[in-house]
Amino acid sequence: MNAQPHFGQSRSRIDGPAKVTGAAKYAAEFDAPDLAHGYVLNSAIAKGRIVEIDSSAALALPGVVKIYTHENRPRTAWLDYNYRDEVAPPGSPFRPLYDDNIVYNGQPIALVIAEELEIARQGASLIKVKYKAEPHATDLDAQRGQAYEPKKKRNGISPPPNPKGDAPGAFEHAAVRVHGEYRVAVEHHNPMELHASTVIWESGGKLTIHDKIQGVQNSHGYVTAVFGLKKDDVRVISPYVGGAFGSGLRPQYQLFLAVMAARDLQRSVRVSLTRDQMFTFTYRPDDIQTVSLGTGTDGKLQSLMHDAIQCTSTFEDYQEVVVNWSNILYHCDNVQLSYRLAQLNTYTPGDMRAPGATTGVYAIEAAMDELAYATGVDPIELRLRNYTDIDEVEGKPFTSKELKACYAQGAKRFGWSRRDPQPRSMRESHELVGFGMASGVWEAMFTKTSARARLFADGRLEVASATADIGTGTYTILAQIAADVFGMPLDQIDVKIADSTLPTSPVEGGSWTAASNGSAVQMACRGVREQLFKHARSADNSPLANADIEHVRFADNRIALASDPSRFVTFADAIRAAGVDHIEAEGNSAPDKLTSMRYTAYTHSAIFAEVRVDEELGIIRVTRVVSAVAAGKIINPKTARSQILGGVVMGIGMALHEESMLDHKLGRFMNHNIAEYHIPVNADIHDVDVIFVDENEDKLNPLGVKGLGEIGIVGTAAAIANAIYHATGKRIRDLPITIDKLL
Amino acid sequence: MNPAHAGVCVPEKMPLSITINSRPHQLEVRPWTTLLDLLREQLKMTGTKKGCDHGQCGACTVLVDGRRINSCLALAVSKDGADVTTIEGLASQAGELHPMQAAFVEHDAFQCGYCTPGQICSAIGLLSEGKAHSRDEIRELMSGNLCRCGAYVNIVAAIEDVMNAQGKPAR
Repeated sequence: MNAQPHFGQSRSRIDGPAKVTGAAKYAAEFDAPDLAHGYVLNSAIAKGRIVEIDSSAALALPGVVKIYTHENRPRTAWLDYNYRDEVAPPGSPFRPLYDDNIVYNGQPIALVIAEELEIARQGASLIKVKYKAEPHATDLDAQRGQAYEPKKKRNGISPPPNPKGDAPGAFEHAAVRVHGEYRVAVEHHNPMELHASTVIWESGGKLTIHDKIQGVQNSHGYVTAVFGLKKDDVRVISPYVGGAFGSGLRPQYQLFLAVMAARDLQRSVRVSLTRDQMFTFTYRPDDIQTVSLGTGTDGKLQSLMHDAIQCTSTFEDYQEVVVNWSNILYHCDNVQLSYRLAQLNTYTPGDMRAPGATTGVYAIEAAMDELAYATGVDPIELRLRNYTDIDEVEGKPFTSKELKACYAQGAKRFGWSRRDPQPRSMRESHELVGFGMASGVWEAMFTKTSARARLFADGRLEVASATADIGTGTYTILAQIAADVFGMPLDQIDVKIADSTLPTSPVEGGSWTAASNGSAVQMACRGVREQLFKHARSADNSPLANADIEHVRFADNRIALASDPSRFVTFADAIRAAGVDHIEAEGNSAPDKLTSMRYTAYTHSAIFAEVRVDEELGIIRVTRVVSAVAAGKIINPKTARSQILGGVVMGIGMALHEESMLDHKLGRFMNHNIAEYHIPVNADIHDVDVIFVDENEDKLNPLGVKGLGEIGIVGTAAAIANAIYHATGKRIRDLPITIDKLL
Repeated sequence: MNPAHAGVCVPEKMPLSITINSRPHQLEVRPWTTLLDLLREQLKMTGTKKGCDHGQCGACTVLVDGRRINSCLALAVSKDGADVTTIEGLASQAGELHPMQAAFVEHDAFQCGYCTPGQICSAIGLLSEGKAHSRDEIRELMSGNLCRCGAYVNIVAAIEDVMNAQGKPAR
């Protein structure tokens, strides 16, 4: 059998050359003859009705083809069921241009189709709309009294467990008590690529769609259901996705609009959103979190209470796991976790990088830092005293958990021992220096997935699965996994993904792709390898006639006896011997039911941050971050490190910069551009160091890997907030920590 | 014409001579078309990216007469006679990557790849400006190019590498 020359080794992205030369094509970059351009007009009120839309001036503009509004929208499916995509939360999905009803500010109310992009944009500016506005609610604080437990649970999202022991009573009697309300800001994903759909209309009405989406089969399912189309008449292909971070999990309104127009006009149509319009659909929800911790003087938790009230829309109950993390991270006998929703007149919030954990772990890890000061116990020691080897929410042991190694190795690399615990005790010239740390945790998921492998007589190996590469490195790791099965170089492999006709895959999200699609690809390749070996053995005069697969090696396009490499059959000869031009197999990976019953699986991390705060100006710099991650085996350390770097950068953004501000008078996000919605820029990022600790994961999946797309952000904002407290002595419980809050 | 529709018109196309990646073009362009939309929509050169259309993200950075600019902020007709280099014009005819492109691949200085053409053009512009002499200066002078995947650490490493190879090491 084979060694693994690629798995575990740093490899440059196989899609790298396409990306650095401009050859990689994103959704808005596919062309078609006679392509028409769409431009969306959005509502200016948050709630009410459209009384009148006057499109006459726009229609008079030469080059405008047609204007769609609720008054002339072609008919689409009737039932909510048809609009509910693969990852939709419970409720009635938003239907673009459905009627005169306005349910959020920024809602698409018209689509202008024109011969040229600029003409469509000019046309949209000429449409006059009269509204009858009604009072709206966009302030979560004002709505917290109306919070409710969602009746219907979102698939895959565990609600808080029943209370254990008597948490309020234990809190009352605890020697040390910490209680605080923690706030995070609404964030928008803002991937660099604008959401867009290019719909290519072919004669007979078949559609090829290039959509910005994290799962082509999700868009495919949505389009066929909403427009009543046959499966074979729609194909979605999105080989490159310019970032998404969750914004591309659900089909967004530009897909509906582009397909609607293309079918009606019998013509290819592209609808691309503007950066402003990137603030008119999903976002990371705001929540109000309350954490109460009670301990003895030893810092051991006697009471743990974590409550969250999170916003959702008026039409869907978006849910994520926010509060459970506290009891997944820490042992406590008296626990009360609660989670409620409050409705706002906005679009439905959605999953954004580590949904729920990013916000929930921020609150518990900031509270743990407060507890460290209240008890006088070092923050790492405090976490070790409350460490748990079982997931106390599910009452099951972890498949693996090397969080202690993350604390130890992270602390060592960071130089945690140099920290004087006293706030405002460390300074360098005009800057106060602070050290902070936090834990991170994210679910290590493994989902049902299919893949196909084909080995051709010319030596090419093709592996295929309908997943995506949103910058995560999917292309490269799938090639590495496949290459090792056959002892091949990476450039002999064609990875086909992001095409709805390929074997079934869920959306790329939840950090499950490496484990799930990787396992399926490995199974498919092994299936091909077995067939290949059978053919090689039964070829005329085969030197392998009496060998079994354990005693041969696959390398250099040959199957050779391990004991005597001069005796071999080439892959090409084996395929020819079978009388075919290629050998094909499918792999279907799925979690083992017994393992799922017995264990839970999580990725863990420890994050250490150094901040420097200008004492007079309040300017905060995050000068060093060490993120130590336990995520099982690492397939490609180079791209894996990039995943963590990216998560850390977004965590710095959450801590210091990112905030979508609602103007409650208009019910509208007012900083809807990336000059006013701040994300970290190059000058904001200094040294970021990533450690992958050894973790033997032997239960979760055949590869022994966990995901990495999300763990990098979890806990990062808490580590920075804790460092800011250490530097300044000011506990800001309201992210982002901007200068005005600090001074 | 209905008086309510006064001023509703599409401006006439104007002639434009422009060299793009060493190839001269004689074009007819409407005055409201940006250099970015000219490249992407009219010439189908989609390597240059649109991330905001407002000069806020740098994804559309190209080199005009050797200087880096946001092509979304330049009207195409204002660049008559200009020499434009885009991401498609950096590799050799034989397909050999420009050193900056190769360094970006080597250092994994991107993830999704969408900001990458702008980052690379901007980095080449930065080097010819000769203003960056330290890592901090690279960071500052590359801050007009946003990367939402957060590849900044690797972008700086890639640029430093090319500077070192050119004998202008960053301190």
